[in-house]
Amino acid sequence: MSFVFWLLAAITVAGGLAAVLLKNLVHCALALTVVFTGLAFLFLQLDAQFAGFAQILVYVGAVAILVVFAILLTRSSETPKDGGVFSRTWGVGLVIAAAVFAVLGWAVLQSETGLPHETAVPNVTVQLIGNALMGRYVLPLEIVALLLTAAMIGAVIVAMHEKGDAK
Amino acid sequence: MPEKADQVFLLLRDWLVGFLPPGWRSAAGVVLGVIGIIAVFPGLFAITTVLERKGLGRMQNRLGPNRVGPFGILQPIADAIKSLTKEDIVPLNADAVVHFLAPVFLVVVVFMGFAVLPVGRNMVLVNMDSGLLFYFAMGASTEVSIFMAGWSSRNKYSLLGAMRAVAQMISYEVPLLLSSVVIVMMTGSLSLVKIVEAQNQYTWGLPHWYIFTPWGCAAFVMYAVAATAETNRSPFDLPEGESELVAGYFTEYSGFKFALFFLGEYLAMLSISGLGTTLFLGGWSSPLALLNWVPSWIWFFSKVMLSICVLIWVRGTLPRLRQDQLMNFAWKFVLPMTLLNLMVAALWRFMGDGWARWVACSAILLLVYVGAGRVGMRREHFGPRTYRYAE
Amino acid sequence: MLGEGILKGLTETARNFVGSFVSAERLTTVEYPEHRIPTAENARVFPFLVYDGADWEAGMRCVACQICEKECPPKCIYIEKSKDKKPDFVGKMQIYPAKFDIDVSVCMSCQICVEVCPFEAIKMDTEFELSTTDRFGGLLYDREQLSRSNEYYHKIHPTEATEVDARLAEEKAKTEAKAKAAAQATAAKAAADPSVPAKATAVSVSSPEAPAAKPAEAASAPKPAGGGE
Repeated sequence: MSFVFWLLAAITVAGGLAAVLLKNLVHCALALTVVFTGLAFLFLQLDAQFAGFAQILVYVGAVAILVVFAILLTRSSETPKDGGVFSRTWGVGLVIAAAVFAVLGWAVLQSETGLPHETAVPNVTVQLIGNALMGRYVLPLEIVALLLTAAMIGAVIVAMHEKGDAK
Repeated sequence: MPEKADQVFLLLRDWLVGFLPPGWRSAAGVVLGVIGIIAVFPGLFAITTVLERKGLGRMQNRLGPNRVGPFGILQPIADAIKSLTKEDIVPLNADAVVHFLAPVFLVVVVFMGFAVLPVGRNMVLVNMDSGLLFYFAMGASTEVSIFMAGWSSRNKYSLLGAMRAVAQMISYEVPLLLSSVVIVMMTGSLSLVKIVEAQNQYTWGLPHWYIFTPWGCAAFVMYAVAATAETNRSPFDLPEGESELVAGYFTEYSGFKFALFFLGEYLAMLSISGLGTTLFLGGWSSPLALLNWVPSWIWFFSKVMLSICVLIWVRGTLPRLRQDQLMNFAWKFVLPMTLLNLMVAALWRFMGDGWARWVACSAILLLVYVGAGRVGMRREHFGPRTYRYAE
Repeated sequence: MLGEGILKGLTETARNFVGSFVSAERLTTVEYPEHRIPTAENARVFPFLVYDGADWEAGMRCVACQICEKECPPKCIYIEKSKDKKPDFVGKMQIYPAKFDIDVSVCMSCQICVEVCPFEAIKMDTEFELSTTDRFGGLLYDREQLSRSNEYYHKIHPTEATEVDARLAEEKAKTEAKAKAAAQATAAKAAADPSVPAKATAVSVSSPEAPAAKPAEAASAPKPAGGGE
């Protein structure tokens, strides 16, 4: 656990906290972008070059823009709600977040025992990732592609309906 | 001797770094490389601004700037002094932090893209295995900065211009990546150094540049179109053109911050020309085998400046495309052509060596291009008008 | 074919670029102020007062009739008549303007003052490099600053000036012919009638004839002047 890791982790966690605690919604989206870049640098620190750069390309380059567009196109009012950033149903939200965290923590702890600390990390090249995607994981790849296509078609239909209603 | 001229910058760096204790040498070498990039590319930016203004002027039957220095070559210095001494106005309602960070972020991200371009033999700042992916990751991040600029100004026109710019950049990101993926497919590596080395072979004195293959030529044209749109250059400069007419995402910026945006845009232009040179025009390899004695970095920069000249030429010629026209063009024409190009490149590899594959691939690409062009350019033929009166 | 128009456009621009170095028709810039395009003959900027001969005070054609002051749309002309008289180009004693100011920051170069002047006294200048650093008096020209010689008028508007000169010479000749005819008539009358003293008739003959000739010419002068401009 080197100094660089702690620094990147601190930046990521700070960005995450800012993303939920800031009042201005677009500031929250930009803080989320900081979280994404922090994650990308953590991937790079683990020598997962493809994952890191793909994280920047996809998340910062596209998902952050998507989040921002969604905020701007669906925002009803400029002023933040009174009563701070905690909504009325914060109890339920806390329970659900704790449940998700528990599941993720259980998954991480389950996998940690298999990795010795000092062996050389296998050099995961893009070719290996490509072979795996096209060989072993081709079914999940195609299902995700189908899901994304369905989401795109759905978005286009929703937008077309709106345009049709407006006409 | 030609090898020494070729590697002169590396030799210089090694000599300078030799003065330091051994533990510091590699880090100091990287720092010197960074200093080199920061010195060279803004210098090229200055030359590009003069070239653009004089070139556009001549194309428009007028002289460009010619008062500052002989033939106006010291004009960038005058521009720099002007930008630095202008008052820095931040609107009262603007989001000051984001307003400040947007140009900074843009320039940082664009400079990072230069780190993976091989400007000469053995002359790349960071030799990454997935260099191309890193470059596109940096290119995608510029969109965030444009959005930040447009939103922080609290100006409806800036926001609209920024959204249009981001939509345009995202739309053309896909053809840009897909036309580069063809190159990756044929080379078998994402590393830019390997891509250039794969093009550095000669047959009968002519190089193996990817632009000389049918799929490479098609990919180059599509890359050029997408690159022009990515950097918001004419004819795709509606976000900027709005700033001349109404407003754009630049509008609330003055003085040095505007100069930073300008710098960022031109550096993005240089960097994407550099990438195009690396992918399609052979990077630092010389056009003929017998011209190998010319240093490799001279070839790289000549090719980049040639691409810049073509970009300026296109700017001086074509009118601006409307937003819906350029989005239609991206999604309905360029994207299907890039997918077809991928398949044609696969066919090329499948057919093995020989003249048959040249004929087959060129024929497919040309036929589809001409066919799609005719279909796209068809005009509706209206019959005589009929009228229906309100009863 | 798609893209054909783009290629045609690119070749045209390239032709412009290369041609701008070799031919003048592809580079139409004139680098002012080192080079200047000569102004056209009928260019007009601001008015000036014409004087004949060498002395601007004695030869000034303006007789302070104030027609231009009344007709000027933005009222930029200010005239004060003189108390004494001086002879004009035919020798008749006329009043002259003691003050003739034009505020060129107000003048709109409409040329109406030139069109209505019956005496060909005010014409349009072509000098446009008139900027000054004096905000308050620099653009208010008095009659000395406004006076230019007839030779200058010939230089800037040659055809117009020759026409005007011909017209004025014709009027002068007509007036002189009329004066001579009248003098001959009264001399003949005086010779026939010895009771009237000769000197009184000789003096009085020129004055009634000249004003009678002048309004007739004044009526005819604006029309050819308007046609000549």
